[in-house]
Amino acid sequence: MKKTISPSRPGTTRRTLLKGLAAIPAAMLLATSAYASDVNSTGLAVTDDTVTVGILHSATGTMAISETGSIQAEKLAIEQINASGGVLGRQIKYIQEDGASDWPTFAEKAKKLLVKDKVAAIMGCWTSASRKAVLPVMEQYNGMLFYPTFYEGLEQSPNVIYTGQEATQQILKGIDWAKKTKGAKKFFLLGSDYIWPRTSNKIARKHIEKLGLKVVGEEYYPLGHTQFNSVINKIKLKRPDVIFTTVVGGSNVAFYKQLNAAGIDLTKEKPLVLTLSVTEDEILGIGGENVEGLYASMKYFQSLPNDNNQAFVKAFKKRWGDDIVIGDVTQAAYLGPWLWKAAVEKAGSFDIDKIRKTLPGIELTTAPEGYVKVHPNHHLWSKSRIGHAKKDGQFDVVYESKELIEPNPFPKGYQ
Amino acid sequence: MLQTKLRSLAPKNDVVSFLILAAILLVALPILFDIFRLNLIGKYLTFAFVALGLVLSWGLGGILSLGQGIFFGLGGYAMAMFLKLEASSPENTAIQSTPGIPDFMDWNQLTELPWFWEPFHSFGFTLFAIIALPTVFAYIIGAAMFKRRVGGVYFAIITQAIAAILTILIIGQQGFTGGVNGITDLRTLLGWDIRTDSAKYILYFINVILLLATLVVAQYIRKSKLGRLLVAMRDSEDRVRFSGYDVSNFKIFIFCIAGIFSSIGGAMFTLQVGFMSPSLIGIVPSIEMVIFAAVGGNLSIFGAIYGALIVNWAKTILSESYPELWLFAMGAMFIAVVLAFPKGLAGIYESYVQPWVDKKLKAIQDKKAKK
Repeated sequence: MKKTISPSRPGTTRRTLLKGLAAIPAAMLLATSAYASDVNSTGLAVTDDTVTVGILHSATGTMAISETGSIQAEKLAIEQINASGGVLGRQIKYIQEDGASDWPTFAEKAKKLLVKDKVAAIMGCWTSASRKAVLPVMEQYNGMLFYPTFYEGLEQSPNVIYTGQEATQQILKGIDWAKKTKGAKKFFLLGSDYIWPRTSNKIARKHIEKLGLKVVGEEYYPLGHTQFNSVINKIKLKRPDVIFTTVVGGSNVAFYKQLNAAGIDLTKEKPLVLTLSVTEDEILGIGGENVEGLYASMKYFQSLPNDNNQAFVKAFKKRWGDDIVIGDVTQAAYLGPWLWKAAVEKAGSFDIDKIRKTLPGIELTTAPEGYVKVHPNHHLWSKSRIGHAKKDGQFDVVYESKELIEPNPFPKGYQ
Repeated sequence: MLQTKLRSLAPKNDVVSFLILAAILLVALPILFDIFRLNLIGKYLTFAFVALGLVLSWGLGGILSLGQGIFFGLGGYAMAMFLKLEASSPENTAIQSTPGIPDFMDWNQLTELPWFWEPFHSFGFTLFAIIALPTVFAYIIGAAMFKRRVGGVYFAIITQAIAAILTILIIGQQGFTGGVNGITDLRTLLGWDIRTDSAKYILYFINVILLLATLVVAQYIRKSKLGRLLVAMRDSEDRVRFSGYDVSNFKIFIFCIAGIFSSIGGAMFTLQVGFMSPSLIGIVPSIEMVIFAAVGGNLSIFGAIYGALIVNWAKTILSESYPELWLFAMGAMFIAVVLAFPKGLAGIYESYVQPWVDKKLKAIQDKKAKK
């Protein structure tokens, strides 16, 4: 479903023509200053009235269920930008490629978008593995990737803007909150076995110990694991105040059902369950009745009451259907095109090197999550929030950090 | 004597096919496509190594392995480990808590290089490992199974299980293996930057020449006494056994050869694509590799190469045009090929193109004779 293919790439004829124009007196050049070559000196797919970007997510395979929300958000943002006049007077066209939940495919498609299609930016990737595969391609061909997922940090590429939270932004305030408002003293860390949960738990453990509290257990299970009974028994023995979980994907369904079956009622908060990885999207699969009472620590919930978000949710439902839910990553994906537009307009150019200079400091006051700002380390300043899950699959926001949290992908003292 | 032997090894048809293939890969494709597409073709051709091994073991020997990804992975990971160590010089990794070890080890709180990584500092050892690892591994699997006369479906299932086990092992031990992310960000080979366009050209030609060399080896095996024994075993294993041959040794041998071919393919994959991950080892990619051989025709060594090329090409083109629907189109294509042309592309060639070519050739010869 390639919806739009730019019929006229930056034609060589036009460019050679413009090169010829350079010989014509300066007054003449001033008149043509809005032409493509002036805002695009590196041969990106920019014409006088269009600019092409890439969307690179998994539309097929195991990750499709998670990444579909991001694709929808990015398309919505692009349509809204086009409706409001485009970027530097140019309508955005997109070329969508399928990463097919397969990391080599992601790398191949990223390269195709940069080398063949000459896209001005790529909105895409979801898992860390796909980002790691795409990263060398982005750096070699000097592209700009807007990456939406909350992730483990430990990375800062000049060719990536991370619109989700890195681990410390998501974790530290959550643990502070559990200590302060819930009086938590003992934590049990549980996660799926890969880089993100392990790094998150490493940071969580350091912070818990800094606060003078105790970690009573730390366990990992392979992706897709569905037997949590033994760890639930262990949890019952250790009697933690908080189960801090970074279990991802399908395993969550089994985990929360087995937790309920073992008589741990989340609403009683004994122990309290605090997750980094269950958004509204995941609850659709787990079932609201199984997670009622769960706490989640992330930057965005669909129920945020501010005006930006009300408008965003309304537009999203209008475009993609009433029964759709919007999770943290979907919102972060929506920020990508807007941040890119703001950076391009500030730079007055689509050149990657120029927008790299203008990106730090770019702020969005219209973000559904409120206000965000790009840090020089290419991550976003954002708030920490705690949501309390209800039966209908939505969260009540019970805590919001006063100030924006500084992104810190290489946290000293937590490594 | 020598001449007749040569002729029996390389009948005229095969020589013509070989020359056509060499011309396509070495001349036509590099002229027709730019380096981006050529690099992709190079990637497809790494799967042709696997398909070629499958033609020998499955088409000829009747041993269907659904776990060739194992060997592809062994070669690929061996090469990736060497390249990763080279990319992880203390200067490049100064930002880490422990400089000088691969980045993913640092993230997993490892503070020194695991012992089994040490030998991969040496390029010579790496090349040796790319051949030796799959040989040893295939020998162990083969000996364990064929000596006990396990074959057919059971063998296929067990190879598949081993592919699954290896994937789980690699993903689980992420501190040592890079886990689900794989080994990424590979840069140089003995100081030579493999990411540049010129390097990609050179790697493409190395890949093609290696492939053609493997093709010659495969042809030799096919035409040798061993090849004929394999066919005999496939069609009636007991008769061969009663004639006094040790069937299991031949099976083990051909399984090892198929493993080595796959491993070379894996190493070339890593070099050309720039990373290796468990998603190329597991059950799904292993079955895909069987599909390449099936589409090409599991009896034809040339068919295997065209099969790998065409299926992967279709995959790329279809997924570029229909990112949400292409998997259905691929599925339909496989079903159509298997139902309509059980011998694959090679079968289509043999029953339609070959007779036509022969007729034309004969007509020309007749004309000459008349004159």
